[in-house]
Amino acid sequence: MKKLINDPENVIADALKGIAASDKDVRVDFDNRVIYRAAPKADGKVAIISGGGSGHEPLHGGFVGVGMLDAACAGAVFTSPTPDQMLAATTTVDTGAGVLHIVKNYTGDVMNFEMAAELAADAGIEVSTVVVADDVAVQDSLYTAGRRGVGATVLLEKIVGAAAEEGSDLAAVTAVAQQVADNSRSMGMALTSCTVPSAGKPTFDLPEDEMEIGIGIHGEPGRHREPIADAHSIAEQLVAPILADLDFTGAPVIAMLNGMGGTPLIELYLMYGEVIELLEAAGVTVERNLVGNYITSLDMAGCSLTLLRADDDLLRLWDAPVRTAGLRWGL
Amino acid sequence: MGTVTSTDLTIDQLADWLRRFAGIVEQNKSYLTDLDSAIGDADHGANMARGTAAVVSHLDEANTVDALLKKAGMTLVSTVGGTSGPLYGTLLMKMGMATGNVTQLSTAEFARAFRAGLDGLIARGKTELGDKTMVDALAPALDALDASVADGAQWPDAAAAAAAAAAAGRDATTPLIARKGRASYLGERSIGHMDPGAASSTYLFDALVEVLG
Repeated sequence: MKKLINDPENVIADALKGIAASDKDVRVDFDNRVIYRAAPKADGKVAIISGGGSGHEPLHGGFVGVGMLDAACAGAVFTSPTPDQMLAATTTVDTGAGVLHIVKNYTGDVMNFEMAAELAADAGIEVSTVVVADDVAVQDSLYTAGRRGVGATVLLEKIVGAAAEEGSDLAAVTAVAQQVADNSRSMGMALTSCTVPSAGKPTFDLPEDEMEIGIGIHGEPGRHREPIADAHSIAEQLVAPILADLDFTGAPVIAMLNGMGGTPLIELYLMYGEVIELLEAAGVTVERNLVGNYITSLDMAGCSLTLLRADDDLLRLWDAPVRTAGLRWGL
Repeated sequence: MGTVTSTDLTIDQLADWLRRFAGIVEQNKSYLTDLDSAIGDADHGANMARGTAAVVSHLDEANTVDALLKKAGMTLVSTVGGTSGPLYGTLLMKMGMATGNVTQLSTAEFARAFRAGLDGLIARGKTELGDKTMVDALAPALDALDASVADGAQWPDAAAAAAAAAAAGRDATTPLIARKGRASYLGERSIGHMDPGAASSTYLFDALVEVLG
């Protein structure tokens, strides 16, 4: 394992130190491992927190700031944070208007946020929850934990953050969150595994001439593996299952071509070129896009595609000003 | 009601139980992580080792069984994270709530408290037997313990029977398709791999055997 770390056990603590030093717009609670806005939101506005395992940076901590999150809880690498972290964040950011919890659909995240919401309710704080489950690689059935929450989380945090900033109440903010969650789909692929610092070796072995299709963001193996193909064929394998799952024609679409952490931007742009060609051929109109590393899986090479079937209101919220380490425009 | 045995578990033995559980987890840290690499996210060993070590650091603080178990459960919830934190934490917290303000447990009382813990874990995880989870090791172990209590068996034998049932339940997870947790994303590719949570669950009973052995 070759990594820029001191000790595998201290990766999160050491990284939080660097985040606090690099961004004066955030404040880090090192004991609870929560990243807050340095300047809290005005009273009466709905607050939004998220959190999850670390290793997906800039998600979630890099999206704390004006126009997005009020706080993000950092778990161990690929491990959900704990209820006491979430309770501390919820209590701190509540302005009296209630708090929205944005939860990616993983068993651990859902359980820990559920316990935190119960504790917050006991403390008299109104909490609502949206669970993001956009990964079409996973069959949604009674016999699985349901679809994973992946790329849609980024789009959702941006759009819902704008709705809260405008002064919408908790019910309205939650409704926007649910609309984004319901209308987003993602599909990912990997060229290599990632290496969890505490494990010290790649999570799975992938031969030089093979790729993994339908991966998540935790180095978990995908649905299947097959011989490596050219970018055009890989783009087809990402686009087809998404379009088969939801109709993206007849509405403005927001698209994100996301890198998993170990793929250079030139390849991500190349892939976006392939994807947009396929989408146009399928009659899908992409009105806004993001290309880059927004929800990563440590050093995994590969990419994911996320599409959101938007409407004029969601586009307006997307365009609203945002000022975070990971996304920044209009401010 | 089972026969009251002459070998009640004292609070010191229960603390020793948790200490030995932590020890077995630490010894098998890499093994658990390897199991989790195959069908999960390669962190079960590290997370459980961190959480159980934290439990050990608080063992001296409790004077009653309920306080001991509740503190251990809360420590796991707040240090492990992921799925294992809430599940192991709920198991021990609910177990503690069921014991009351005592300083020792008979075999029957231990089994009854463990049942309350397992019920809490199942409610939190929304899990059933056969989903390829911890429950597949814990439920048969507890059934074996209950059977021993009903037969009036004494502690060492009752613990050994539970440990054997836990191991059999753990081994039986290998051919199953995972229906809960991250392994469920793999669908049929989860077949042929042992569930890491079922594996670490057996250590609870191995630790009990060590304490009583």
